[in-house]
Amino acid sequence: MSDKDIDKLSGVETTGHEWDGIKELNNPLPRWWLWTFYGTIVFALGYTIAFPAWPMISSATTGVLGYSSRAALDADLAAAKAAQGDMLQAVATTPVADLPRNEALARFARAGGKSFYKVYCSQCHGTGATGSAGYPNLNDDEWLWGGTIEQIYATISHGARSPTDPDTHYNVMPNFGVDGLLSAQDVDRVAKQVASFSGIEGGEASPAGQQLFADNCASCHGESGAGMPELGGPSLNDHVWLYGGTLEAIRAQVNRPRHGVMPAWSARLGDTAVRQLAVYVHSLGGGQ
Amino acid sequence: MQADSADTQTYDVEAVNAAGRRQPLYAPRKKIFPKRASGQFRRFKWLVMLITLGIYYVTPWLRWDRGPFAPDQAVLVDLANKRFYFLFIEIWPQEFYYVAGMLVMAGIGLFLVTSTVGRAWCGYACPQTVWVDLFLVVERAIEGDRNARIKLDAAPWSAAKLAKRSLKHVVWLVIGVMTGGAWIFYFADAPTLLGDVVTLRAPFVAYATIALLTATTYTFGGLLREQVCTYMCPWPRIQGAMLDENSLTVTYNDWRGEPRTRHAKKAIAEGKPVGDCVDCNACVVVCPMGIDIRDGQQLECITCALCIDACDDVMTRLGKERGLISYATLSDYSRNMALATRGGPAVEPARVRDPATGRLVAAIKRTDWHSIIRPRTIVYFIGWSAIGLAMLTALALRTPLSLNVLHDRNPLYVELRDGSIRNGYDVKVLNMTPEPREVRLRLDRLPGGSLSLADSGTATSGSLDLTLAPDKVLPLRLYVRVAPEALPAGKTTFDIVVADEKAGISRSVETTFEVPEQRR
Repeated sequence: MSDKDIDKLSGVETTGHEWDGIKELNNPLPRWWLWTFYGTIVFALGYTIAFPAWPMISSATTGVLGYSSRAALDADLAAAKAAQGDMLQAVATTPVADLPRNEALARFARAGGKSFYKVYCSQCHGTGATGSAGYPNLNDDEWLWGGTIEQIYATISHGARSPTDPDTHYNVMPNFGVDGLLSAQDVDRVAKQVASFSGIEGGEASPAGQQLFADNCASCHGESGAGMPELGGPSLNDHVWLYGGTLEAIRAQVNRPRHGVMPAWSARLGDTAVRQLAVYVHSLGGGQ
Repeated sequence: MQADSADTQTYDVEAVNAAGRRQPLYAPRKKIFPKRASGQFRRFKWLVMLITLGIYYVTPWLRWDRGPFAPDQAVLVDLANKRFYFLFIEIWPQEFYYVAGMLVMAGIGLFLVTSTVGRAWCGYACPQTVWVDLFLVVERAIEGDRNARIKLDAAPWSAAKLAKRSLKHVVWLVIGVMTGGAWIFYFADAPTLLGDVVTLRAPFVAYATIALLTATTYTFGGLLREQVCTYMCPWPRIQGAMLDENSLTVTYNDWRGEPRTRHAKKAIAEGKPVGDCVDCNACVVVCPMGIDIRDGQQLECITCALCIDACDDVMTRLGKERGLISYATLSDYSRNMALATRGGPAVEPARVRDPATGRLVAAIKRTDWHSIIRPRTIVYFIGWSAIGLAMLTALALRTPLSLNVLHDRNPLYVELRDGSIRNGYDVKVLNMTPEPREVRLRLDRLPGGSLSLADSGTATSGSLDLTLAPDKVLPLRLYVRVAPEALPAGKTTFDIVVADEKAGISRSVETTFEVPEQRR
């Protein structure tokens, strides 16, 4: 060991390092700093014993406290569910028609329905529930299967043309053109007749078209094309069109109709979730 | 007339940081036993203590009648309901700019005060100073003044010492509990909360706050005292930077005090120059910071001016002019110093004294109140009062009715069966008075527009009558509907108006109505 090199000015030992005549003083670390450092070491040792820490070949040490982040998450979820228990119970037992009238219950159901909507419904009906061609807009006042909260509840519950639910809404329109039920000329006539109901460009009412409509369409769509929600017959005399509101689109629909399908959600989400969804959809502005 | 220093008591004391032996960064605490001072500054400090502590302890108990729907506490920070009540003013969370304005005023006010009278905040008004002063009063009342306390501190433990010490700490803790206790009453109805606290029914946070503030008051005011100012407080560093040569600071006028001597008569007989300072250390023993002001301005000095009181007392007894230690500006001090030394290295008392009368010569520059009026302080004052006036104006013109409107973005519009277009809005109507209120909501500048609420089904009309609950926000889901072809495609601006016709107040918010470009 070489002699200690003491700095004359401060009386402190130097580290022996020297740069351009400047030497580094070897001041000890502050005691509080050292003790904090030792404290962290002790804490780290205790921590790795108490909690899962060391990676092994196929898993990791479990820790003596038996803590697991998944178990903690499960516990949190269970606690959240339990906290909502009373409200969920109330939603499940209140008649659907009364749900919007109870302000606290409606707010709870709407919030829950909104989050279910974002997960399960927004893919087809859009995040703003505006729908798109073939997928109904849920904000407007046109309803294929009725717009009261009970009707909405029934539609979400059993779906539309759902193959898994015997109570599903089911109604299909014949392929008037493709199956040869109407001649091409008649298809054109009836399409023009329908277009004339709401003043669509190219629409043209004619006695022949009137007759064709009365014979083939009125049983589902009504005499004047006002629709029959109880049968799922869309109204044809307004400005809301599921498959496009042009003469071309109407002709295509008469020729070979398209039909939307919606799953029966109560089997998948449970009755309470469907009730919440019904409250949410009903509140979007078109509910009757 | 030149009285000898034998006429006055000389103290054996050393300043905690005497010049030449200053410790870097941190020095272990030395015990300080401040002696009781008396004089004009001490009286002023008593007065400030009375006022500040009075405000702090009494304010939550003042009542203010706001009618049946609002609390009747004059000053209340109602965190649960997000309201702040201050006398006739009621502030909502979105009006937090009033608080921001107060903080800016406090900042500029600190500039103003510091640039005129130096660290007056530290010496008189700072809570730390006020509570330390209060704790010292208790200490003196129980253990006696300086000498008795030193004796007691040095004495071995006995029943009497134990009793005195225990009593002192108990009283300190009681003051701490009252301090913490007063704090929580600002956040809830004071009489109710006091009942709850006493019967152990108050929320946990109330007890935690009392405990925390008791601990800090007791520790800072009783145990740490001047160390808080020296080592913990950031203000001295900032305030020191705000002083200039025209700011008043506590100054030892060494141009008349030096050379200091304890045996003036003997020195005069020997023909040596003699200054006014008799080196009695009275200024050191009264200092709550334990410093010696004769070492010049220093970080620890809180400019409480107790040394001025002590020195003036001595000077009076010696038959000399008061003000050997005084509030003085650096520029005046430098002029007097130049006069006393006239370029030489040492102070010559003969230069500042008239040999015939023994009084200070007329050429001495005395600091007076005019020093506080300078361009810098005027600018601070204008800035400070401008913000204050702006806030008062805003308060006077404030309408207690407010309206927020948010147009839906998804969907922007909805086309309905009859071809009309509907837009949705989230509307919030704020009734910022403690009374219920009848208002009418209507549309302006929107031809053919009708409105309806989401909850009330399909009924639409041109206006809606609403009842606002007192002091509450009414959130509404509003649908506005326009008949087909009444509006051009694209964006139309219009107003949503809420009006209280009885009070003659209305608020309107401009928003837009969206109509699709492509219409069938």
